[in-house]
Amino acid sequence: MSDVTETESLEPPIADTVDNPVSGIDQTAGNFSYKMDYEFDAGTGLSEKTVRYISSVKKEAPWILEFRLNALKQFLAKPMPTHWATKDLENINFDKIRYYLSSGQKPKRTWDEVPDDIKKTFERLGIPEHERKFLAGVEAQFDSEAAYSNIKDIVSKQGVIFVNSTEGLREHPELFRKFFGKVIPTGDNKFSALNSAVFSGGSFIYVPKGVKVAQPLQAYFRINAENFGQFERTLIIADEGAEVVYMEGCTAPKFSTSTLHSAVVELVALKGAKIQYITVQNWANNVFNLVTKRGVAHEEAEIKWIDCNIGSRLTMKYPGVVLKGRKARGEVISIALANDGQHQDTGAKMIHAADETTSNIVAKSISVGQGRSTYRGVVHIPKHLKGCKNNTECDALLISPNSRTDTYPAITVRGDRNSVQHEASVSKVSEEQIFYMQQRGLTEGQAMSLSVNGFINDLARQFPMEYSVELKRLIDLEMEGSVG
Amino acid sequence: MPQLEIKDLHVSIGEKQIVKGLSLTVRSGEVHAIMGPNGTGKSTLAKAVAGHPSFTITSGDVLLDGKSILAMQPDERARAGLFLAFQYPSEIPGVSIANFLRAAVQARLGEGEELDATAYYKRLYSKMDMLQIDRKFTSRAINDGFSGGEKKRCEILQMAMLEPKFALMDETDSGLDIDALRIVADGVNALRSTNLGVLMITHYQRLLSYIVPDHVHVMWDGRIVKSGDKSLALELEAKGYDWVKNELVPA
Repeated sequence: MSDVTETESLEPPIADTVDNPVSGIDQTAGNFSYKMDYEFDAGTGLSEKTVRYISSVKKEAPWILEFRLNALKQFLAKPMPTHWATKDLENINFDKIRYYLSSGQKPKRTWDEVPDDIKKTFERLGIPEHERKFLAGVEAQFDSEAAYSNIKDIVSKQGVIFVNSTEGLREHPELFRKFFGKVIPTGDNKFSALNSAVFSGGSFIYVPKGVKVAQPLQAYFRINAENFGQFERTLIIADEGAEVVYMEGCTAPKFSTSTLHSAVVELVALKGAKIQYITVQNWANNVFNLVTKRGVAHEEAEIKWIDCNIGSRLTMKYPGVVLKGRKARGEVISIALANDGQHQDTGAKMIHAADETTSNIVAKSISVGQGRSTYRGVVHIPKHLKGCKNNTECDALLISPNSRTDTYPAITVRGDRNSVQHEASVSKVSEEQIFYMQQRGLTEGQAMSLSVNGFINDLARQFPMEYSVELKRLIDLEMEGSVG
Repeated sequence: MPQLEIKDLHVSIGEKQIVKGLSLTVRSGEVHAIMGPNGTGKSTLAKAVAGHPSFTITSGDVLLDGKSILAMQPDERARAGLFLAFQYPSEIPGVSIANFLRAAVQARLGEGEELDATAYYKRLYSKMDMLQIDRKFTSRAINDGFSGGEKKRCEILQMAMLEPKFALMDETDSGLDIDALRIVADGVNALRSTNLGVLMITHYQRLLSYIVPDHVHVMWDGRIVKSGDKSLALELEAKGYDWVKNELVPA
């Protein structure tokens, strides 16, 4: 592996060469360090200059720059939410993070430099040869470009707009400005403010009235066709009666060059529209993944989040739905797997704001080894509403004696014309179960992964076929490594 | 001829010695029954031979086809041809019988060898037909919410699919009504062959009228105190376990 040099310059604009694009937090865990050259980058650290630089590179309209600068102020003013969240957040060194790398530049290294265990992981996951190189950062693109433009061509015939955030704001301000930053206000939390200040990448999608997009829109291709965004910003608008499924991520481990990922995703489902947003993420275990995701469902609209989190050092993510119109429906299906040294702090938020709205939350977490999973949920039904329903179910599975799980459900239901159900369970894979499966010829690792797959089986079935197959393989791999 | 040989086996749980020098040889094609009162070490024997981690073998040996299996993991013993039909089978929520058995069959294939799914289901269905099990049964999660009879049938189905060389059947008759007992016994009888040796553990003679053993052993306080043919079971039934205590156990 090549050498690593720390670069701490706070003079961002147009550094010619930067030795270490990975100077973030602790890189040793991911065991990645390599030398790269970037044509454009904003240096390390965050200041007004950084924000102005990003905005100017993107040739943004003045209102967007204003939006960013305001967000920066809010970010700097807000304290870390450690009064309720883990103190591990204090280990993020914002001055050492690189906030923008030009999209023209891709990481470069040779296949020989990719560690063997990662090559093996790709092999075991059955990732096609040409994709492996991309995922390991050897090649920037395989055929994503083609796959993306193909999807884009098909959907554009239906009037669907599927672009990145920069292009969306530049080319279609009349469509996107109305909702941009409205579902998740800049000051919602410290990390939504950070994202609002430095966002780049992410998808902007508009589905016109009554259009039902037949195939899922895959961010995988879109994002791969560009550079992977640390601070992605996604906004999806489904107009009246429209339907769309969006898929983000893939089960392949993301060997990212950065250690802080803070995305903001906003969904707007207008009257009678349906949006399904599917995420499968598998981060390297040095990554802080702090994401804000929320949707607004208007009358009779439906928003469903399917969220699967594997890997990372700390993930904090609570997809939410604001049920704004009568008979709107919201759903969150969440799977989290925390292995050694990982903390999955995930959950859901359902804010009922109209009569006869219904919401459903099913969250399953698995803690392996020293892994820790936390469920946080908010369900809010105010007194003046009637006919609202919520169902919350959270189940935790502990694999090892040292595994940890915590549940913090906050359910506020007022008035007597609404109903809620809440169930929670914690279970363990017992020695007897493992012995039983071993007695049938399965190794201890196979027995573990079978019980884990069984535990999430009812949720995994809701994933698209290829995702659930990949998920199963991934769990096999995680569990295999977890037994002595 | 393949044989399962238990030689002067001593087994403890923690400090407590349960099996105290037991020897027994089961040859392929034979059905042996071990009878004895509760707490005499019958189930301990079965679990220890299968490699349960809670039991410690303090001395003696267990040989499968002449080779000691004591250093092998439970799954290695299973793949070597040893099957334990559990008295209390575990529930595995979310894992269907079909998928579980498929994983177990796959585990017996060599590295890189892929299971032929069509052939697998064909074989599974033929075994189910043989055991008169409804097709819908295999889509249920293994033992999850099963009745006692269903659990035992599920064990027999697994035994039929995995085709072990030797099967240890631990109190297979417990918790069964007479109809369920007959169905399970029919299943075991259907699997009897020259390629299978069976060691049946039971408290009651009742099971042995359905599955007729070649040899019967009486176990008392961690040892076999008397062996004979099937008539021994009847004698035991008639005289009760006090007979064993008074006549067979040296003071």
